[in-house]
Amino acid sequence: MSDFTSGFWNIYIVVLTLLGVFGCAILLYTQASTKVTAPIDADGKPGHGVGTTGHIWDEDLTELNTPMPRWWMWLFYITIVFGLCYLYLYPGLGTYAGKLGWKSSGQYQAELKQADKDYGPLFAQYMKQDLRVVAANPQAHAIGQRLFLTYCAQCHGSDAHGNKGFPNLTDQDWLHGGAPATIEQTILHGRHGVMPPMGAALGSDDDVANVAQYVRSLSGAPHDPIKAVFGKSKFGVCMGCHGVDAKGNQALGTPNLTDKIWLYGGSAETIMETIRKGRDNTMPAFVDFLGEAKVHVLAAYVWSLSNDVNAPLPVDAPTTANVDAAAAK
Amino acid sequence: MNAPQVVKMYAPRAEIYPRETSGRYARLRWLCVWLTQLAFYGTPWLRWNGRQALLFDLGARKFYIFGLVLWPQDFIYLAALLIICAYLLFLATAVAGRVWCGFACPQTVYTEIFLWIERRIEGTRSARMALDRQPPSLRKTARKSAKHLAWGTVALWTGFSFVGYFTPITQLAHEVAALSFGPWEWFWVLFYSFATYGNAGWMREQVCKYMCPYARFQSAMFDRDTLIITYDAARGEPRAPLSKRAEQQGGACIDCSMCVQVCPTGIDIRQGLQYECIGCAACVDACNGVMDKIGQPRGLVRYSTDRAMALHYTPTMIRLGAFRPRVKIYCAILLLIVCGVGSALYLRMPLKLDVIRDRGSMGRELDDGAIENVYRLQIMNTSERPRRFHIAVAGMPTLSERPRRFHIAVAGVPTLALSAGIGADVDVAATETLAYPVRVRAAAGSAHSGSNKINFTLTASDDAAIHVTEHAVFIVPR
Repeated sequence: MSDFTSGFWNIYIVVLTLLGVFGCAILLYTQASTKVTAPIDADGKPGHGVGTTGHIWDEDLTELNTPMPRWWMWLFYITIVFGLCYLYLYPGLGTYAGKLGWKSSGQYQAELKQADKDYGPLFAQYMKQDLRVVAANPQAHAIGQRLFLTYCAQCHGSDAHGNKGFPNLTDQDWLHGGAPATIEQTILHGRHGVMPPMGAALGSDDDVANVAQYVRSLSGAPHDPIKAVFGKSKFGVCMGCHGVDAKGNQALGTPNLTDKIWLYGGSAETIMETIRKGRDNTMPAFVDFLGEAKVHVLAAYVWSLSNDVNAPLPVDAPTTANVDAAAAK
Repeated sequence: MNAPQVVKMYAPRAEIYPRETSGRYARLRWLCVWLTQLAFYGTPWLRWNGRQALLFDLGARKFYIFGLVLWPQDFIYLAALLIICAYLLFLATAVAGRVWCGFACPQTVYTEIFLWIERRIEGTRSARMALDRQPPSLRKTARKSAKHLAWGTVALWTGFSFVGYFTPITQLAHEVAALSFGPWEWFWVLFYSFATYGNAGWMREQVCKYMCPYARFQSAMFDRDTLIITYDAARGEPRAPLSKRAEQQGGACIDCSMCVQVCPTGIDIRQGLQYECIGCAACVDACNGVMDKIGQPRGLVRYSTDRAMALHYTPTMIRLGAFRPRVKIYCAILLLIVCGVGSALYLRMPLKLDVIRDRGSMGRELDDGAIENVYRLQIMNTSERPRRFHIAVAGMPTLSERPRRFHIAVAGVPTLALSAGIGADVDVAATETLAYPVRVRAAAGSAHSGSNKINFTLTASDDAAIHVTEHAVFIVPR
């Protein structure tokens, strides 16, 4: 693909490059020898029998000719031949792609492939294991942490405690569920959490303020009890998603409103803003970018942040031993 | 006006067949050959603390120099080393001219080794000249092949030793046995071998004459008191062969041309100082030998200075010339740099710390109003033993009357643990880097809103003298 806006520049560069290369060759050929009309030998002094190039300045200033070794000249010719070969094999002449078809993106892909070949077996071995087994493996844990610091820390923080709009991954509160398989699904395929704007559905601004006070009362935060009572009467609109008990619904990804954990903030103002304007939150999918095997190790790390990795496993969990045994059958 | 003539700007090289010399300076050069080559071939085999004593591990970006482990962050020491080397060369050149070129430069040293091999196989100067004039024959081919084979062997060993500074040489030796070099090891072994073979076997004086920049800019360090190889024209001229000395009153030079025959760059020292002269003193040895034989005093060709030749200095006066301001200034600067680098190395902390603040958030507000900032500490334990470090935070001015209180909460291995109190301990393996996320928490109202300066201090638990402090910013949202 060309970045040029017109076909002219392609030709312009090709002509300029080739002129430069052949110009060097012509210069080298014509300058390798010279015709001299002045005395060849500067009488032995100061050149001790060394010839001159025939150039004379200021009446008696002559330039001695101490010739370069001939291989030096051949080196120049070799660089010219090398340059032409290079321009034939690699992209260099305008939009010509080069005989070898080399591309920086192709080199990147080749390096990725090599890295997959080098590290693939390691990840494949973890892939066979239950996520909880991987979580207890110190080496996998270290790899998982590095993956987390590279791909996840920008939003969730280096300590995984999250930021405004990005959940804390170290507590027991999960929007979509904290089971090992669920965490893995979240990373693989991403999540999209939407809270629609509810201002119109609730009614007036007062209604919104009342519901906000009621929501604060659910987690025991300081609130206006009278407004909260009015708000409770309007909360039915919210129950469809947040549940009758307001404890959220992991199938929908709706947060529990009865705990002290707030994704965007628990002040009355922030809650009112959330109700009025809604929220739209995306966790990107990593399956295409990292692949399943790396996500498996990453998910094990995330799971380990809120679980005891040394707790005994459920009996049905596949370990390396029984997976290998199953494969042998 | 003469008729126009064509002059070539490039000429084929005339082969030089330096005659073997013996004498004081030849012995000195061979001493230098032995010293430098024992050091070059031998050093990679030295062991230190269970590893190679001198190893430049480019893959891991760690340079092991005996007890010292240098990281890319220590690049300044390499620069300092190069500056010291440069000043040593300046100093040596100002005092004794191209003494480095003539005695210690690898180009000279390997050429000397290759010439020695050549003489053992092809014979003396005249034998070699005769051999080259001969038409191709079985004997000539055999001699030439044997020479190149021997050169090739030395060159390959040199290339192998060179790569042994970058890949552990014992591992490399095993790979040689199995012929299982990696592509880059192959490339560098062969490239360095080829460079040795080509430069010492074929290029020789052409490297000094056409390629080496140092050969040319040394003249900037020369002055009238610099030691150079001189021909005492007053004593030597007019030249006269020994056979004709009886009838005419000749100078000491008998025009035997020994000084020209031994010259590795093919010049005639009797024409005075020339840019090709590498100061190897082969002509001094040769001429002294001749003078001994004809019963004349030595020193027709000798180390002297431009001023000494003009003013007929005694050797003592020449030696006193070394104590001139230029030399003193070079010495003073050199001493200063060596002391500076020496103390910097002595005081160097085997510990480095980078503090990287999480950019995702300005600062978290917790339920109790406390503010939390997250940092990633890159802790580099550059020593060769695992160490435990204590992390402490200090430095934020408080606005309120409340006592300053910081918590370091440690995220990570194996589960998140909130260790209250000031500081935390972390273990870092030998010569490893650890990325260590920490949270710093300031109680509500204990800091300005906006940006506050804080310090992280790491202290080794086994040695309180090993500590490092890094600045960071603690942000309190407005």
